[in-house]
Amino acid sequence: MSEAFVQGIVVFVLAAFVGFEVISKVPQTLHTPLMSGANAISGITIVGAIIASAFVDGTAATILALLAVIFATINVVGGFLVTDRMLEMFKPKKKQE
Amino acid sequence: MTLTTLLYLLAGVLFILGLRGLGGPRTARRGNLIAALGMLLAVLVTVFNIIDEPDVVWWIIVVGMIIGGAIGGALALRVQMTAMPQLVAAFNGFGGGASALIAFTAILATDGVFATETAITVALSIAIGVVTFSGSFVAYAKLQGLVTGRPLALPGGPWFNAVLAAIALGLGIWAVSAGEPLGYWLLAGVTFILGITAVMAIGGADMPVVISLLNSFSGVAAAMAGFVIGNQALIIGGALVGAAGLILTIQMSEAMNRSLANVLFAGFGTEGAGPIDAGDRPVNSASPDDVAISLAYAETVMVVPGYGLAVAQAQHAVRDLANALEERGINVEYAIHPVAGRMPGHMNVLLAEADVPYELLLDLDHSNPKLPNTDVVLVVGANDVVNPSARDDSGSPIYGMPILEVDKARTAVVLKRSLSPGFAGIDNPLFYQDGTMMLFADAKTGLEDVIAALGQL
Repeated sequence: MSEAFVQGIVVFVLAAFVGFEVISKVPQTLHTPLMSGANAISGITIVGAIIASAFVDGTAATILALLAVIFATINVVGGFLVTDRMLEMFKPKKKQE
Repeated sequence: MTLTTLLYLLAGVLFILGLRGLGGPRTARRGNLIAALGMLLAVLVTVFNIIDEPDVVWWIIVVGMIIGGAIGGALALRVQMTAMPQLVAAFNGFGGGASALIAFTAILATDGVFATETAITVALSIAIGVVTFSGSFVAYAKLQGLVTGRPLALPGGPWFNAVLAAIALGLGIWAVSAGEPLGYWLLAGVTFILGITAVMAIGGADMPVVISLLNSFSGVAAAMAGFVIGNQALIIGGALVGAAGLILTIQMSEAMNRSLANVLFAGFGTEGAGPIDAGDRPVNSASPDDVAISLAYAETVMVVPGYGLAVAQAQHAVRDLANALEERGINVEYAIHPVAGRMPGHMNVLLAEADVPYELLLDLDHSNPKLPNTDVVLVVGANDVVNPSARDDSGSPIYGMPILEVDKARTAVVLKRSLSPGFAGIDNPLFYQDGTMMLFADAKTGLEDVIAALGQL
């Protein structure tokens, strides 16, 4: 197993634990925006799509790479925008008594 | 290369700070922005890293981002707040699909020849990414009403999916050990079907749990794709989301007092889902005037919103009614069940859209102690989450699920279109209880009628 792969495993495990700790403190009322925001972060796969499409060779690979970039960009742009739209409504409001 | 990795690490830190910000109502929006900045950083770093390479096929990146950005932006800006859960499901699906596609570009580039550990991550990217893709779109179709919300009874029950999963495992092992591209393509085919059948077998009421789990999957798929192409940004971001989605999934299952395995494999809603026979049990059917009168003479009112409110777009009508009551000096609060609507927090988003102050939204633990001293509980389009059977009837399929104990309030007003059962497909004794008034109407028109009647008093 290569050194880089082992490093990847280390990063994966530590990041998963960080995610676990950060998320477990979120109040239930914000779960929908949180899920939406986390979903946008999973669009990080856009980085992979860019790298994959940079060096493609052949028609099949070109089509797959183009679809990968489109799909990942939908996830990123749509995900962050829709989360922002949701959270816009959570602006602190003064209590009306 | 070193600088690239460090900048990816910075992007990862921004993701973590963003997720933490999303955890508080005052910092949430900034948190989302911070996470988005992390994403922008990761993309820019990636682009600058390849900018000096001679053979980069730039048009794919530019065209892909323009098309994807236009589609994603249009969907996000146009969606109704009520349709939010299925849109998140769809975005999930695209993310998972992208990760699987990245693995396939790697297969095409190498003819399927990888070191064993990399080959395993290729197979995992494909299997998890494709299940996320097809499963998410079935979840979308269920919530959008394109296919039935009822769980589909598969031949052989849960074994059907178990056999598919076993076939997928076999294909994965073959592809990895033989370095055989065909094995990966067949794996994608089988997992595509598995995603469809697995989600079809789950009832519409459980879609929040499914979407949350698929959210976790899309993260894991991204992390696996990160191993395939040796990219730390994907591994960090993917692992974070994988953990986030998993926690949400477990919390949601717990809110229904069921294990995750039970949600995924029990075909909840198939049992006892026959037609409800109201028989000759008397129902106290009330008019908007009756409801207005009992509200007008209350001191405390608790609103319990459910999916019917979302469907009818009645969040503003609820707010208007609350305003009218508050003008009369009546104290109005809102009791939010963890699984009300189609997603945890779904009701909070809708009510926030209608300018209901965040502080007035009470969760299960804070609202239940208040309910016995509440004069009138107004249940708007909710059913299973206020069903006393979950507490009293050990034979009920939802027995053990925490409920809002609306039956303990002095008066319960249930605003609902009919006596038809909710997603769980079971009858609700609350409707036949002495202190219950049934107002049969669409949530929005019903509320507007009550507001009008209140104005006449």
